[in-house]
Parts: sequence; C-alpha cells; structure tokens
Amino acid sequence: MFVTILFFAYSAVLVAAALGVILARNPVHSALLLVLCFFTSAVIWLLLNAEFLGIVLVLVYVGAVMVLFLFVVMMLDVNIEELRRGIAGYWPFAVAVAGFVVFAIINVIVVQHLGGVTLKVAAPLPAHYSNTRELGIALFTRYAYPSQIAAVILLVASVAAIILTMRRRPGLKSQNVSEQVRVRAKDRLRMVKMTSGKRP
Amino acid sequence: MWEWGPIRSWVDGLITPYWAAPLLTAVQILMVMIGVILVMAFYTLAERKIIGWMQLRRGPNRVNMFWVPGLAQPFADVVKLLFKEILIPAEANKVLFGVAPFLTLIPALAIWAVIPFAPERTFANIDAGLLFILSMTSIGVYGVILAGWAANSKYAFLGAMRSAAQIVAYEIAMGFAMVGVLMAAGSLNIGAIIEAQHGGAFSWNWFWLLPMLGVYFIAGVAETNRAPFDVAEGESEIVAGFHVDYSGMAFALFFIAEYVNMILISALTVIFFFGGLLSPFDGYLPASSWLAAPGFFWFGLKTLVPMFGFLWLRATFPRYRYDQIMRLGWKALIPVTLVWLAVEGLMVYWHVGPWKGRI
Repeated sequence: MFVTILFFAYSAVLVAAALGVILARNPVHSALLLVLCFFTSAVIWLLLNAEFLGIVLVLVYVGAVMVLFLFVVMMLDVNIEELRRGIAGYWPFAVAVAGFVVFAIINVIVVQHLGGVTLKVAAPLPAHYSNTRELGIALFTRYAYPSQIAAVILLVASVAAIILTMRRRPGLKSQNVSEQVRVRAKDRLRMVKMTSGKRP
Repeated sequence: MWEWGPIRSWVDGLITPYWAAPLLTAVQILMVMIGVILVMAFYTLAERKIIGWMQLRRGPNRVNMFWVPGLAQPFADVVKLLFKEILIPAEANKVLFGVAPFLTLIPALAIWAVIPFAPERTFANIDAGLLFILSMTSIGVYGVILAGWAANSKYAFLGAMRSAAQIVAYEIAMGFAMVGVLMAAGSLNIGAIIEAQHGGAFSWNWFWLLPMLGVYFIAGVAETNRAPFDVAEGESEIVAGFHVDYSGMAFALFFIAEYVNMILISALTVIFFFGGLLSPFDGYLPASSWLAAPGFFWFGLKTLVPMFGFLWLRATFPRYRYDQIMRLGWKALIPVTLVWLAVEGLMVYWHVGPWKGRI
C-alpha cells in the first residue's frame, strides 16, 4: 500500500519533470529537471528492489554525466528563442516518432499478452535477496565476456574522442608543468654567506 | 521507565507498531543530525584554535563558556549569522540561488545513514553502501555549481567551474581507492567492510592498502574543497568563489556542509582503512576486556586523527595552482591506484597477507 503510494507519487514527479525538460525555456533548468528525472527513476528502481541499479544510475548519470552536461550548458550562450523559431514545422515528424513509440509499447503490453490483462507479476523475491550480489554474480560469470567487450568499446570510444579533440595550437604560451615540478632549490636559489652587521 | 497510567496508555495507543518504527527512526535521525552539527560547530572552533597555535597566535579567546576561553565562539558565530540579512543579487536566478545551499547540505547529511555508529547500529544497512556513499558525495557538487551559476557573478561562476572540474577529476581516484577497499573486504556493505578488518591494528586495511589510503585522503581533501585544494573559493584570486554572493544563514549552510563533509571524509577514512568501530587491541588483549571490544568510543577517537589532519594541511600547505591540481589528480593519483589495484589482484590471487586462507 505504502509502496504503491510512493510509486505513484514518484511516477507523477518523473512525468512532470520529463515534461519540464522539454518545455523549460532555460537550458539550465532543463538539465536540472533531467537530473530530477534520473533521481525519481532511481527511486522507482529502489522500490522494485533493484538497489544496485538505482544507486548506479545516480552515481553515473547524476554524479558524473549531468555535472559535465550542466558544465557545458552553463558555458554555452544558447539563444533558446532562436532555436525555437520554426520548431512548429517539425510536428509531422514528432507525431510519427511519438506514434511509433506508443505503438511499440502497446504492442508489448497488449498484443503479446492477449486481452491486455494477463500482465505477468514477478515471482516474490526470496527473503535474503540481494540485488547487488545477484548482479555481480551475473556480470562476472555468465556475462563476463560481453561486459568486458562493452568496457573495451567504451574505452576505445573515449580515447578516440580525446584524440579527435586534442590539438596543439602553435604559438600558445603554456607552462611545462613537469619541468616546473622537477625544479630543485639549487636551480633557483643561491645561498650566500655574509658577515652579519652589528646589532643596533 | 515511567509509570503514570493515563499518559502511558495514551502514548501506547498512539504508538502502534505501525507508527513506532518510523517515529523512532525519525528521533534517531534527529539525534545523529544534531550530534553531527554540534561536532561541526566545535570543529570550527578547533580549527581556529589549532591553526592559531600553529601560527603562534591564541585563536578565539573572547567568548568564554565554563571558564574556557573561546569555547562559546561557535554559538556566537551562529547568532551573528542568524541575524544577518540574506542578500539576493538583483540579476540572480532566485529559485536556484535559494536551493543551492540545501543541495550541498542534504547529501552531506544523507551519507550518515549508512555509517555504523556502534555494532549493528546503522540506519540503512544496505548491500550497496559503498556505492551509496560514492553517489551521494558526487551529488554534493550540484550545490556548488548552481550557487556559482545562479548568483550571476563572474567570480562565483569561475569558482563553480573550478570546483566542478576538480570534483569530477578526484572522484575517479577516490572511486578506485574504494575499489581497493572492496577487493579487500569482498563486499560493498559497510558493516562487512569493517568486519573484514578484525584482528587488531595491523590487520586493518591501512597496512596492505597504504597507497590507497594516501590517495583516498588526498582525494577527500580535494572533494571537500579544502586547502591546499581550495581553488573553488581561492580568496586571493576570486574573492570567495562560488559563495561570494551569499550572506547570513545561506552562507552558513555552505559552511556547515563543508565541515560536515570534512568530518564525513574522516569517518570514512577510518571505516575503510582503520577498522571503523574495531579496537586496535582486538586480538592482543583478552576478548573480555572493554579495550578490545568494538564500539563508538574507538570510532570517535580514530575519527579525530584525520580531522586533525585536515586542519594541519590547511595550516601547512600553500594553495595549489589549478593546472597542478589537475595534474596531480589525473597523472599521479589515478596511476597509483591502478598500479596498486593490479598488485592487490596478485595478492588476492596468491593469498598473500590478509587474503591468506580466504577463497
């Protein structure tokens, strides 16, 4: 009962925030509402006993991806009004995409469970069920190779992105930090022995 | 406990088992929060006193309590900040400007939910405790970024940008250090991490994970934006950084969050590397001795050491230059953790040290 109330409350927030992401005029507000979306979906996952997925969603998307996203959005000077001009012209395309998504969802829910009422309810979880442990076992035994390959692909992608954006402009005055770090006191400082004067 | 019939039965009627658990939890949460805030208050005093002594000054000594010079200084500060006006810049984004201080404070307080204060005494004994800590610390950066952006000031914005880049960079090193800890414990649960270190001061993680300890503490100092990594506020460069436009209690919330985070990083350092609740004499003294028993006493005592370390660092080191912070994070700390993860993997594989006899 309590869990059901929580589910509907968070789902309502999720839908409202998702609408806010596309309707907000300020791009920073959009990004923040997207953060709220991630949070609420993490909570819904927690309600479904998927604590590992929920926490990792917050860790990866909210803690890292959206921070960098916000970083970029704040730095860019986006004129949202200019972008919005002519957006109404895209409505046939938008309707087509939305229609396809709705059709796919209905297909999954209704057509595959004829009559639309035989939605399967998941079997009750055992008493000491640990989502973290189960996922760990699955990832490191049954899906060891797929997860390794996915990790390598991600690594390649990030290295490629770095290579693509890294360029050295000529004539740039930058410090050579390793040279600065390697400096020792005797390179910069000369100790001179002097006879001290008389104390006044 | 107390026996006066009518009130007793009335309270018993109110506190049905359905309500009892949430109510008790709420009271306990309140106790922990008040405790943390009180520790934080005296921590600010300790900081000013200790740095004062290190610099051959006296520190605060005007507001006395119990005949101790300066003991009531934190309360005087609170009263002062409460009575100051909260100014909101005219061109600021008012909603986000108001929300930002809470966004820094809430994650800092939320992490205490998974910290065990005594054996079997933790609010949420969740299996992914370590991940929860990592995700909550990473959320703390939102308050800083939003504060810098919403104030609509160049100084504040520069501070926010610096802070965001710094926290994202050091989070990776911190995460890798935590991976080392979880390899040693074989679990993400905080209680299990502590339990895996039992057996006295030399079976704690610090001995086998010394590089991880160094990386974790340095990354912790950087995550809390403390000296020598405090470029986000950098008084000499960008006035006060992200909270330059905050005043009164709004500023105090940032201040509280920073100090709560420092206490938290200290507590986590103790939990991950110094056995948390465990006694250093565990295994050396007979088990019946109170000195060998785990408890809040040892946890609190050990937490004071890294807390002092924070103050010591601030009194000793000059501020890092920004590019050198990035260099340290990416080119020194992350490689150290990666190398030590490989070494640790070999130790696990050959059952060396604490992994002897474990599968």
